[in-house]
Amino acid sequence: MRSKSTSNSNTHSNSLSRQLGLYFVLAIVFVAGLLLALNQLAGLMGTATQEAQAVDFANNSISAVLREEPPQLDSSKATDSTSGLVLGHIMEGLLRMDLQDRLSPAIAERWEVTPTHATFWLRKDAKWSDGKPISAADFIFAWQLALKPETGSEYASLLYPIENAEAINTGKLPASALGVSAPDPHTLVVKLTRPIAFFDKLVVFPTFLPIREDFYNATQGRFGSDAKDLLYSGPYTIKSWVHGASMLLERNPHYWDSNRGKLAQINFAYITSDATATLNFFKDERIALARLQAENLTEALRLKWPIRRFADGTVFYLEFNHREDHLSRNLNFRKAIQHALDMEELVYKVTKLPGYLPGKSLFPEWLIGVEKTLREEYPASTVTVDSAKARAYLALAKEELGLAEFPEITLLTSDNPVSNIQSEWLQEVLKQTLGLTIKIDKQIFKQRLAKMSSGEFGLLLGGWGPDYNDPLTFGDLFASWNLNNRGRYKSEQMDALVATAQNATATPDRMKAFGAIQQQLFDDVVILPMYERGVTYVVHPQLKGVKRRVIGAETDYTYAYIDPDA
Amino acid sequence: MLRYTLKRLVLGILTVWFIATATFFGMHAVPGDPLSNDKSTTAQIRANLEAKYGLDKPLLTQYAIYLKNISQGDFGISFTQENRKVNDIIKEHFPISAILGILAIVFAALGGILWGALTALYRNRWPDSVIMFLVILGISVPSFVIAAISQMFLVNINTLAGTTVLPVGGWGTVWHMIVPAMVLGLSTMAYLTRLMRSSMLEIVNTDYIRTAQSKGLPKTRIFSRHQLRNAILPVVTVLGPAIAGITTGGFVVEIVFAIPGLGRYFVEAIQQLDYTVIMGTTVFYGAFLVFMVILVDLLYGWIDPRVRINP
Repeated sequence: MRSKSTSNSNTHSNSLSRQLGLYFVLAIVFVAGLLLALNQLAGLMGTATQEAQAVDFANNSISAVLREEPPQLDSSKATDSTSGLVLGHIMEGLLRMDLQDRLSPAIAERWEVTPTHATFWLRKDAKWSDGKPISAADFIFAWQLALKPETGSEYASLLYPIENAEAINTGKLPASALGVSAPDPHTLVVKLTRPIAFFDKLVVFPTFLPIREDFYNATQGRFGSDAKDLLYSGPYTIKSWVHGASMLLERNPHYWDSNRGKLAQINFAYITSDATATLNFFKDERIALARLQAENLTEALRLKWPIRRFADGTVFYLEFNHREDHLSRNLNFRKAIQHALDMEELVYKVTKLPGYLPGKSLFPEWLIGVEKTLREEYPASTVTVDSAKARAYLALAKEELGLAEFPEITLLTSDNPVSNIQSEWLQEVLKQTLGLTIKIDKQIFKQRLAKMSSGEFGLLLGGWGPDYNDPLTFGDLFASWNLNNRGRYKSEQMDALVATAQNATATPDRMKAFGAIQQQLFDDVVILPMYERGVTYVVHPQLKGVKRRVIGAETDYTYAYIDPDA
Repeated sequence: MLRYTLKRLVLGILTVWFIATATFFGMHAVPGDPLSNDKSTTAQIRANLEAKYGLDKPLLTQYAIYLKNISQGDFGISFTQENRKVNDIIKEHFPISAILGILAIVFAALGGILWGALTALYRNRWPDSVIMFLVILGISVPSFVIAAISQMFLVNINTLAGTTVLPVGGWGTVWHMIVPAMVLGLSTMAYLTRLMRSSMLEIVNTDYIRTAQSKGLPKTRIFSRHQLRNAILPVVTVLGPAIAGITTGGFVVEIVFAIPGLGRYFVEAIQQLDYTVIMGTTVFYGAFLVFMVILVDLLYGWIDPRVRINP
């Protein structure tokens, strides 16, 4: 009985598996038909990305990746680095940074900054992508636009040195009251509210880019939202932009400077933030440049690719909460931590990422002083790590604070691999050396910002990237009125130094003020500089002349070219 | 039947309203706000931004304005992509997620049913063991691992072949879709295989199969008419929510394969606290899910007369 049933079920399953086989074939036919239909459908939607090829010598084009969809290409409102990268290719303002990171003429062929005025003389051959000349009125319109309260431009405050700008932004004066005039179409005269020696460095920022009024009005509120809703002043125009998918740049035929825009096309073929995917695209020769993250650095080393590095200009530091009833308000407590933490160990043994530099100062190494770099002219003071000294400072702090035991201290950090490893190191070192208990409070972006603003932290892993190429972009951070001073450090002496740095006209005087700010940050242990961030990346061997920048387009392809013999 | 459908639709709309309300207040209760950024702006600029987005009004007023707008089908303007309407974002990116999702669900459903039937047929023999092992893998390995591995695999194939066999990422043709869709549908396929297997095994022992066998019906007929058709029922039940789940859950696949779908916006909006996009995508997907569940319930009656509702 039993054996019979088994043989029966055997033949049963044989004929049935044949039946199942038939279904399988039918399923494949069905899927094939479906694929064909979906292919048609996807084609109809016009979302296809142009085929990516890392380097295409025949068409003089390259492909690259964007980390995210550019959130804002309306230059009066743009704030983020991805938009900055794209704008750096498609737009040009009065001045720009050249290949040696020096301020150089762009649409303005020469300029002059005096304590009361800044004057820019525009070149006559600068044209918009529709062939019309770029005139001083285009700058005036763009700046007025950024200042109108209803525009809601986050970086409008960069324009405040211009006469009446702040009053316009607060709605007290109409936009037409802005202290900018154009005696003729090729001269732009700016009245300044206060002497500002580095005004020429400010105008490199995207908020100062020109926008033409008639074009802006014709887009009916959609300016910057699509390729056709933009008018280009830079070496490239956007030929096609598929939101979230790709962006194809093409050389602007009306652009005046033949030294830039050597590549006929730049195809941002993919938009993804995934480091592994980016590296895969690079391996598959789809993109010509890939940024490496900690997790795929070893892979790149294994493949023996030449790895390049550059410091992206951002400084990271440990911030103390200086508000009332926080332990870190006590100077000896801060000094204890200062003497316990070895930033070289952090960078070389813990973070272990190429390109990172141990932090010595709020002012990163690349900032220029009077003649040499600021850091060469005003070297930063440092302490030698000494656990005995650290413990002595902590004992003093304990006495001054009248504490029997130190309570738990919250360290606020963001949630990413680099921050995680660093905060764990901090936790461990402070426990070992000082016996302090640190609670790590990991928060995602917006929640971390909320806690930073409301002061819900004892210690904070903070950082700052520059907006313009002047030490002041870092120097005013710890003025009592600066909202980015998250620990609310308050010192009259510091405020006075910042005021000098802002208002003095002679460069040596300003640099002296920055040197003094650096010294006070050290003496008073306002913050502890941790490191200057580095970026590592790989480039296709045939692609030359890619410029990495601290200010402006982080990756600049406008001078890049293909060398087929490389 | 019509009354039942209407009743379900009204309940569905109430559900969507509830989703919208819960999301609205939940979202505003989360610390942080869409206007905060790495760099603080001056109080004045912040006030300008709040006025621009209507965030300066009391929460209940915002809620009322918001309900009025969505009842007219207007989800507002995104905070992060400041020039784009949420409606446009959904309109441009949902079809892409949908196409990918349809393909993924077809892979999952066909594969699940076939593999499930196969394992039931070869119960406790090697095809069963192999497939069930793969099923456990498919369910337990997270999609970002599978996505990364399959993409690396594609790179290796292309390198070996010296030409592009299949694109590594991007969007546009059917060749861009195949691998991402398989990755996207994999865990659902694994789940459906298990479901199909157990429901097949359950049915083998039922009275009506025995009756059919004793009537002398051909094996293949019993298999296709009685066994398969009945065993599919539980699969259809989970298919509705699975469709909604797959078309929304494409975040990882979309990021890895650089596909411009809506799943990305859905997840990134939450990280960025982009209020309007969070509301738009949640309400849209909520409505979609509710619709799919109703549709499946109605379909169920058609497939299985036993659950048909009396008019």
